[in-house]
Amino acid sequence: MEMPAPSAEVLSKKARIVARLSEALPDDAVIHEEHETRAYECDALTAYRCPPLAAVLPSSTAEVSAVLRICREEGVPVVPRGSGTSLAGGALPTADCVILGVARLNAVLEVDYDNRFIKVQSGRTNLSVTGAVEEQDFFYAPDPSSQLACAIAGNIAMNSGGAHCLKYGVTTNNLMSVTMVMMDGEVVEIGGAHLDAGGLDLLGLICGSEGQLGVVTEATLRILRKPEGARPVLIGYKSAEAAGACVADIIKAGVLPVAIEYMDRLCIEVTDKFSGAGYPDCEALLIVEVEGSEAEIDEQLGVILQIARGHDPVELREAKDADEAARIWLGRKSAFGAVGRINDYMCLDGTIPVSALPHVLKRIGEMSQEYGLAVGNVFHAGDGNMHPLILFDANKPGDLETCEAFGAEILKLCVEVGGCLTGEHGVGIEKRDLMYDQFSAEDLEVQMRVKDVFDPGWLLNPAKVFPLQASASRRDFAA
Amino acid sequence: MLSPRDETDLAAAVAAAEGPLHVIGGGTRPIGKPVTGEAVSVAGLSGITLYEPGALTLVARAGTPLAEIEAALAAENQRLAFEPMDHRGLLGTSGAPTIGGVVAANASGPRRILTGACRDFLLGVRFVDGRGSVLKNGGRVMKNVTGYDLVKLMAGSYGTLGILTEVSFKVLPAPAAAAVLLIEGLSDVQAVQAMAAALGSPFEVSGAAHTPKGLDGAPVTMIRIEGFESSVTYRAGQLRTLLAGYGEISVETDPERTTAGWKWVRDAEPFHGVHGDVWRLSVKPSDAPDLAARAEADGLLYDWGGGLIWALVPEGTDLRARLGAFQGHATLVRAGEETRAALPVFQPEPAPVAAISKGLRDKFDPRGILNPGLMG
Repeated sequence: MEMPAPSAEVLSKKARIVARLSEALPDDAVIHEEHETRAYECDALTAYRCPPLAAVLPSSTAEVSAVLRICREEGVPVVPRGSGTSLAGGALPTADCVILGVARLNAVLEVDYDNRFIKVQSGRTNLSVTGAVEEQDFFYAPDPSSQLACAIAGNIAMNSGGAHCLKYGVTTNNLMSVTMVMMDGEVVEIGGAHLDAGGLDLLGLICGSEGQLGVVTEATLRILRKPEGARPVLIGYKSAEAAGACVADIIKAGVLPVAIEYMDRLCIEVTDKFSGAGYPDCEALLIVEVEGSEAEIDEQLGVILQIARGHDPVELREAKDADEAARIWLGRKSAFGAVGRINDYMCLDGTIPVSALPHVLKRIGEMSQEYGLAVGNVFHAGDGNMHPLILFDANKPGDLETCEAFGAEILKLCVEVGGCLTGEHGVGIEKRDLMYDQFSAEDLEVQMRVKDVFDPGWLLNPAKVFPLQASASRRDFAA
Repeated sequence: MLSPRDETDLAAAVAAAEGPLHVIGGGTRPIGKPVTGEAVSVAGLSGITLYEPGALTLVARAGTPLAEIEAALAAENQRLAFEPMDHRGLLGTSGAPTIGGVVAANASGPRRILTGACRDFLLGVRFVDGRGSVLKNGGRVMKNVTGYDLVKLMAGSYGTLGILTEVSFKVLPAPAAAAVLLIEGLSDVQAVQAMAAALGSPFEVSGAAHTPKGLDGAPVTMIRIEGFESSVTYRAGQLRTLLAGYGEISVETDPERTTAGWKWVRDAEPFHGVHGDVWRLSVKPSDAPDLAARAEADGLLYDWGGGLIWALVPEGTDLRARLGAFQGHATLVRAGEETRAALPVFQPEPAPVAAISKGLRDKFDPRGILNPGLMG
């Protein structure tokens, strides 16, 4: 993955930049020694690494503002970083950049149960937002797999989803306001404890902009009362077609499960071995979860199981108690870790229309043969968000490149059938150079014009999202 | 009036335009500052282009009548869950609302508090910008974070950033049953508290409205639940117990009456044909009673648990002056042209935010020809 060459001018004035940042921040908030900056050399896309010029860890919106003002004056690129869990390289540094980490901004600012919101600083982790309101049986709905570690700032940057977004929506549907620092240091407030925008929907634009428009330091999030209960069922099928048809029929029947998860044979076997979940021997496994009171759950599962039986299942397993429910989820929740134990893998994130599922799985199987790399499929079937895991050997020369080429083919296939390159992980550097497969030059140009408005100097996370050739003139002009 | 037959035609017309254009869908929502310019109707861009009930997705050209879409969805027992408002009664307009107009106004009804607004269900857009370029963003799948989200930006931009040509939606199953709890006689403060209690329960309230003056002149608070019949019965019972302290509660389950009741709320029916200007406020729900008092309104209707206030005031009233500083925004939805020209229709933004909005308009419509000035 190509990254722009670092600016020699910026590298040459490192001492001065560090000195200015050190004046604006406490001593322990500026990291610039080579052995220390290495901690920020990559995010969860670990195949790509580059230590930054420096990293800063501000503790307030005012400090973030001071850092951005200095970086703008010195012409230094800034890469905002939440918890560094991006699978797309969204927080990958360049050698001439300052990493702006929001980890120290982790306070809860306000909890309001009557109006159903929480206001937090953006470095707070996703799960600890729910942790702050759990005592009153409330929760924050978006639940990315990395929720124990990932920060709200990163969730907003990537518009993160999760297994339960079929019912509750993704980050953008649960975000009410942001406090954002612009590249020139100006602090803006967008939205509030009320719903929807009075003018243009800038909040909707900022969410998912991958840290390229500003640095979000505070956010108001919608919180919800927890449902009375939830219960999953496990359904095993002999074919992807049968599983796909079952999903479509469940949705058409008017039941809206909170999650519909899918795993194929490779993932079933690997996760079963890893977790001891006791999954059946089959080609396709669905986990369908519904919520409500006991009686409501029974009624919904009754409808779902009746549909499931109509597609000739290999196995139907209802959870009779919390332990059994946990066992059904056990394998699915450990899927990425389980596959990681047996192999290096690359996790893709394309979305397809649900109706295209059997066709896409078949094509992925064929491509797997062509490229000579195995693929496991685990995904959110209710909304068509796929996570093919391509297995490769990082120690074998050329394997990573083959894997990337294979991954690109799968993502192009997603676009071809009416889907998109990324459903919840973001573009980052990973899908950057595939953007022309989904968008015309003009479609991308209008998006880049949006960045021109917020960050005319193209200093914020500049080498992400857009193909390098597309953004070259803007980045060069800025330099 | 320009009446392009398709997207290409429209793009050519915009590119060739030498002056301001006034974009019209069904012409039923004349909201905003009066616009002078040549009218462009997108009525010619009509028709559902894709509907997959099993994938909960529908794609339609922007000029498609809303009624046509609702009929197609009803045939599969599905619906647009955000319950778009019909502005005709309130604004005294006629004609057929279009799906493009719904998006341009981000028109969302009582169910917005549970399921989200129009913008939350909008999966993708195609539009012609002020240069005459045909652009797309988003798509037809439910999860999509590929590039910037211009889909949200287009929703509620009233045709000032581009002219919508095609929109795609996530749709939802229509529920089998509905029930409405009715509590009579609550003060505005009590009503907002009762609605907060209901909305903060696990019982999935899909509507929470209050009128200080119901059909018989007494205050009525309405709490709606929807779903499978047995589930609705159960939750109605639970909510009845939860809210017992607020007063006498009756439960209405007749489908015609519940539908009519929420249409009354959705379309702000108390103010149809009544003299005066109508404002729409989005606020923090618990602030609502105090703000409503400050408004000294001739008529009030609370929706969204108090988060949405409809206020009827004498013609020409600057409601924002009466409210003073507050969190949220006020939109002048109905007023004569003179008032709409004199007062900001949309909530004035703080300077740095206004600068961003202006910057975006200049990029999307550099010649300033798309509904110029409509949003102020």
